[in-house]
Amino acid sequence: MKELVVLSGKGGTGKTSIVASFAALARDKILADCDVDAADLYLLLRPDEEEKHEFWSGQVASIDRERCTQCGLCRQVCRFGAINEYSVDTIACEGCGFCYQVCPVKAITMEASLAGYWFMAKTRYGYLSHARLRAAQENSGKLVALVRENARSLAQKEGLGLIISDGPPGTGCPVISSLSGVDLALLVTEPTLSGIHDLTRIVGVCRRFGVPALVCINKCDINEENTREIEHYCIEEEIRVAAKIPFDNVVTEALVARMPVVEYRDGQVAHEINNLWRFVLGALK
Amino acid sequence: MIVSVASGKGGTGKTLVATSLALSLDSAEEVELLDCDVEEPNAHLFLDLKLTKSWNVCVPVPEINELKCTHCGKCADVCAFNALAVLEKKVLVFPELCHGCGACSYLCPEAAIVERDREIGVVEGGASGNMLFFQGKLTIGEMMAPPLIKATKKHIDKDRMVFIDVPPGTSCPVVEAISGSDFCLLVTEPTPFGLNDLALAVGVARELQIPCGVVLNRSGTENSAVEDYCRQEDIPVLLKIPLDMEIARAYSRGIPLVRGIPSWREPFRQLFRDIRQRISDN
Repeated sequence: MKELVVLSGKGGTGKTSIVASFAALARDKILADCDVDAADLYLLLRPDEEEKHEFWSGQVASIDRERCTQCGLCRQVCRFGAINEYSVDTIACEGCGFCYQVCPVKAITMEASLAGYWFMAKTRYGYLSHARLRAAQENSGKLVALVRENARSLAQKEGLGLIISDGPPGTGCPVISSLSGVDLALLVTEPTLSGIHDLTRIVGVCRRFGVPALVCINKCDINEENTREIEHYCIEEEIRVAAKIPFDNVVTEALVARMPVVEYRDGQVAHEINNLWRFVLGALK
Repeated sequence: MIVSVASGKGGTGKTLVATSLALSLDSAEEVELLDCDVEEPNAHLFLDLKLTKSWNVCVPVPEINELKCTHCGKCADVCAFNALAVLEKKVLVFPELCHGCGACSYLCPEAAIVERDREIGVVEGGASGNMLFFQGKLTIGEMMAPPLIKATKKHIDKDRMVFIDVPPGTSCPVVEAISGSDFCLLVTEPTPFGLNDLALAVGVARELQIPCGVVLNRSGTENSAVEDYCRQEDIPVLLKIPLDMEIARAYSRGIPLVRGIPSWREPFRQLFRDIRQRISDN
């Protein structure tokens, strides 16, 4: 089984639009949305039905006021400023359990928290594994790992050879969780100074975790000079530029119509994404 | 006064709004801009200043004194993050999983654990005119942004007008970045993704009880869904920035909107006055 993840460092470069188009072009695959903070892929793939499951993770301290003798030790040991006046600030609490361990009268319990939900959806493009972290929760890396695990076990059961993941922005915990152990990362960038800066950082993360990468330059004509700079950078780094996709409002129109752009309208963008998909397939073999 | 600029979805224009807001104010106003998007700090690309100062940011991680250790397993038992594994003759430490809570070293019965500092990134700073600037930069391969965001926010000078560029998303880095703000500006775009992720970001602001308002970027003919949502939720739309190639080109070259197209200065100043009014009414 092969795993492809689409990443970008910078948000809003077009990851999800490209993954939705891959969903329409690829055969025998499972889709995974590893952006559990702001999962958007399902908006384009429009599931026909889905299973919903609770994701319990992490713990939060709770103080029993009846038992508490107000000795203050919990507050003294907490490094996250989560204990004020013998009650727990559940947002600041990291769930380390230090207070629970040291409380001399056992007035503190650790309670599991409902951190989010995970879904397995059936779409006209195949199965989609996705999730939603509840607002202001921790453990997005763990939920990303679960989304991938769900995709892998279903792929195995159904005999499907490919997982295509839509990755989160950034370079931190959820990105590393979505990247570790995959076969190929497709890095979608744009010819802006921010896009270039963030591309170099995400390339660094791919190198660090030994994942081969390809680059796609989206909206390549909004700044031709920056596009050339990205191409030079990729030559120096020995990373292949798999596609250059021009700016076209058709991408936003397709999004508003909630369709993969390759199905929405034939044109240069659809053509480039088709070529990109063939390039990626070749690189996966 | 602290105003954070956030969005659920990435790439909606947080940095554009944060830099233009900070640069639009009078030179009489003392301004501070913090880039807390420590995984991808970009605001400095739009600012004409040198980062002249730098501080290493470390988190404490356990180090085992194998001479004292009896391999009793207590440290691994108390670690909620699986950052320690006790084998028969050795303790394995996984520093990138460690949250630095200190429970293992405090509770080790043999006092065999000391904490050492591990660097996870840097905070850099500089100044230009009436503006102080700080940014956090997470080391490539590091997982945990929140301690670095916290270290960046230590540089907040409350006497200044402080703007915070927040990372995308809705989880712990976002909470760390926007907590303590007097107002949260949410930047979105009129697409189904923009709307979906705006609603998620509103959820975070409400969880933290921070009043919020919306900037609608790349606005055009499809605005109604986002505007209907804001009306229903009683969230003000404070500024609209149209989808415009001239704006996109200036952005691509690292030119702040209020510098590239100076007629935008007044709308941003008005945005600032609106925010200030809303904070004082609150």
